[in-house]
Order: sequence, then C-alpha cells, then structure tokens
Amino acid sequence: MKSPNSSSLKKLFNKIFSKAVLRGIVAIVFSIAFWETASRFAFPLFAFVPPPSIVLSVVGESFGSLVFWENWTSSFGRVIFGFVIAQIIGIPLGLLMANNRNIHGMTFPIFEILRPIPPLAWVPASIIFWPTTELSIAFVIFLGAFFTIVINVLGGAKSIDARYIRAARSLGSNRSDMFFRIILPAVLPSIFTGMAVGMGITWEVVVAAEMIAGKSGLGYYTWESYVGGNFPRIIVGMISIGLAGYISSSMIRLIGKRSTPWLRLF
Amino acid sequence: MTDKSSTKKFAGTNSAAPSGDGRIEISNVTKIYDPGGVNVCAVSDCSFDIEAGEFCVVVGPSGCGKTTLLNAIAGFHSISDGEIRLDGDVLCSATKMAEPGADRMVVFQNGALFPWCTVLKNVMYGPSVQGRMTSHQARAAALDILRELGLSEIGDAYPNEISSGMRRRVEIARALINDPKALLLDEPFRALDALTKGVAQEFLLQAYDRMKKTVFFITHDLEEALFLGTKVVIMTTRPCRVRKMITVDLPRPRTYKVRSSKRYLELKREVFDAVHEEALKAFKAGERELA
Repeated sequence: MKSPNSSSLKKLFNKIFSKAVLRGIVAIVFSIAFWETASRFAFPLFAFVPPPSIVLSVVGESFGSLVFWENWTSSFGRVIFGFVIAQIIGIPLGLLMANNRNIHGMTFPIFEILRPIPPLAWVPASIIFWPTTELSIAFVIFLGAFFTIVINVLGGAKSIDARYIRAARSLGSNRSDMFFRIILPAVLPSIFTGMAVGMGITWEVVVAAEMIAGKSGLGYYTWESYVGGNFPRIIVGMISIGLAGYISSSMIRLIGKRSTPWLRLF
Repeated sequence: MTDKSSTKKFAGTNSAAPSGDGRIEISNVTKIYDPGGVNVCAVSDCSFDIEAGEFCVVVGPSGCGKTTLLNAIAGFHSISDGEIRLDGDVLCSATKMAEPGADRMVVFQNGALFPWCTVLKNVMYGPSVQGRMTSHQARAAALDILRELGLSEIGDAYPNEISSGMRRRVEIARALINDPKALLLDEPFRALDALTKGVAQEFLLQAYDRMKKTVFFITHDLEEALFLGTKVVIMTTRPCRVRKMITVDLPRPRTYKVRSSKRYLELKREVFDAVHEEALKAFKAGERELA
C-alpha cells in the first residue's frame, strides 16, 4: 500500500493539471495572444485598446501603489458590510415568511413590488435618504443581496418535504428542534445558492454605485482611469473587479461545501 | 442469538421509554375528505382490532384509504367519525386528532431519513430530542441498536451514500430505538427490487421476533402480507372497509423457505381470491367513472 500522503499529493497534482484545467489555461493563453495581436495591428474596434503587454506594465505600477490596494479594501469592505446585513435580515425574514401565513400575507406584496426595481435605480433615492454617501452605497449593495436571499430562503423553506416534518414530529421534536435540526439544515442549500447569486449581484452593484457616487473603490478606480484617459488602467480595474468577484464567490462556495457535507454525494 | 430473541428490548433502549402493550382498537372509523364541496368517502365504518404485539398487515386496492387509516393513528390526519384507541386510551375521534408521538413510530413509503444527518445521527435523533437520554447515552444506544441489527459499519455514512435497502433498515432502527408501542409502516419496501425486498423483509421479521411490537403494515403485495403478517386484513375498494380477515398461522421465526410450504400456498389462494374480487370491483368502478 502507498502512504496516504503521497497518494493524496498525487490526487492534488492530477486535479490541478487535469484536462479541464489545461483546456482553461489554453483558452486564456489564446485569448491573450489574440488580444495582443489585435491591439498591435489595430484590428477594427481594437484601435484604442491597449495590448496586454502594456496593461501588464501598468499592473506592476498599480500593485506597488497603496492607493490601488485601498481601492480593493474599500470595495471589499462595502460588499461584505452590505452583504452580511442582507443575510442577517434576509434569512430570518425568508424563514418567517415561509412559516407564518400572516407575515407572508403582509410582506409578500410589498416585497414583490420592490423586488423588480434594479438596485441601481435605488441610487438617487438612496443618496437623498441616507446621510452619507457611504451609507447610501452600502444600502444599494444590501438591496442587491437582500431580495435574492429572501426569495431563495422562502423557496427552500416552502419546498421542504412534508415527510421530514412528519418524521420529526413522530420522533418527538419540539419547536426549537424542528427549527434547528430540520428546517435550518433543509434550507441550508438554498441559503448558499441565494448567497452565491447575491454575491455576484453585490459586485455588479458596488462597482456601478462607486462610478456614480464613490470617492474610492475599484469601480471608482476604473471610472477615474477612463476620465483621466488612462486606458491600460481601465483594464487593470476591470480585471481586478472580475478577480474580486471570483474570490468572493469562491469563498461562499467553499463555506457552502463545508456546511453541507451531505450534498457532495449527489 | 437465541438467548437474545427471548428478551423483549434491545440492549440500548431505555426502560423508562414509553412502553406498553400496544393494542390498537379501530372502531367504526369514517373519514370523509371534502375537497371543494365534493365529499369523498375514503374510509367508511371500518372496525378491526390489532392485538398487542401482533403483526397486522393491511392490504387492499390502490387508493382504498389504507394510508388514511395509518395517518389517523400516527396523528397526521383527523377522522370524521368513530374512534381509535391505543391500550384503551382514545387516540383520536371525531373531535380529537391524535398527537404525533414516539409511541407510534412511522416508517414512510419513500423513506424519511434526514439526508443532512449521518446514519448514526438519524438513529440518535429520537432519544436525544425527547430528552430521555443525554447525547452521550443516545449515541451509545444508537451504536448498540446498529450493531444488533448488523448496521454498525455504515454509522458514519450519509443516507445518500447507502443503498435503498439499507436506508429502509436504518429507518426501522431509527423507529425501534424509541421503544414504541406500535410500528406503523406504509408500504416501506415498495420501491425496492425483488431481491433487496426479500432481504429487507427478513430483516424486519428478525427485528419483530426480537421486539414483539405491535405492527401496522400496509402493502399491495399479497405475498409480502402473508410472509410477514400474523393477521392479514383485506380491505374493500373505496370506501375502505374490512372485507376479510385471515389469520396467518405459519410458524415463526419465518425464513424465505416458508414461501414454499403447503400452508402458505393454501393461504395464498384464499387471499388472492378475496383480493381479486375487490380488484375487479375497483377496475369496474374506474370504468364507470371514465364512462
């Protein structure tokens, strides 16, 4: 028998250099090569797009500056703040709406009228309503994540199989057992779906809100680069936003996988 | 093995648990569903008794109201008239719905193990939420019962990791650890293939021979009814009423070999005759509804 350590290392190696990953790398390399060529030879539409080689030199410069990283942290701070509050309010509200007909009856119509309004349409009202710009941006981010999580939790809680509820009652569960041992774990997958989707929306929202009203952040950085005519920096900003969103949703997925071990088996 | 089969309880079960004789009396039970003003009579004036520790199998055509009866005993449905008693106490009547409880454990048609709990946690669930054991004791009791039923190897697996036959066995273990007065099983082996079904049935019989609980078992499968039951209650087409009761006097413990005995074949013929007539009636009633 092989030692478990070497076999797990081998597994990891196989995972990293799997065919799927290699295909991904090949695709990225080809895209970058195409972009470089297109910019260098001024293909139609690419005339003003800086080639990756120049972007890369700006990346080095940006990475060295503290202001660039402050933009990262301020965007991340806003996203986490708005997102966490959306979960704190949204998850209990979704569960209450699913379990109490009165609360559902009272909140659902308002909820359904407000839900289709895009978070960005809230920006002007939000700026008027909240005392600081920072709070109004946080509020818009909150809305982006809030509706998604409520709808997912509500849907998840409503679709719990009646057999589990019946079995739990037969086994002698009281109300708190029913909630913590049955309803909550049954809804957990929906909570993480709602979080993953909501996280994507918060990044869309934060960037746009910073472009409109911000004084810092990755959206502000991108917009400022455009206003200042620094084209390579626009692309650095865009890629930063993409990476930031990817890091955030990977975190959610990781926590989700850890919290719902039984789902890995499907 | 033999000395254990004489003891009534599993090693792990707590003697303070709700235990009793488990005699169920079903008297003149009627259930009328009323969806949108159309009265559908699911059960009509149905009466029969299940003796303490008896393995009672209820068979009848689909949709004849067998499950309605089980749900009334379990406390999931109300009844419109009549009453059901457990050890002399009224469980439910026209005015009172039974409260679900650990003295009547239900095993569901499609299985209801909690997918988010491991097998061990599922089995521990009852004793730990009822507060009659600490989680440490519940764990020990669950390990005991899993070992006795030959399931200890899968304790750490999630329900989705084990076969459907195994899941049914775990579910029976989860019910039995509560030391219930009665075990209510609603076509528990329906979705299993023939081979797995045979093994699962023998598993249930072994558990029954050890614990001698009252069993209320619903099935479509007449062979299953005869193989398992002490008493087979044949129901009429909707509305559900008792058509015939057959005492299955095959010796216990039973193994698959009993299925080729002469007495078994005689009983089989008797049951098939009774059920065939009902099935024809149900079929004709269906034709009338279509016409």
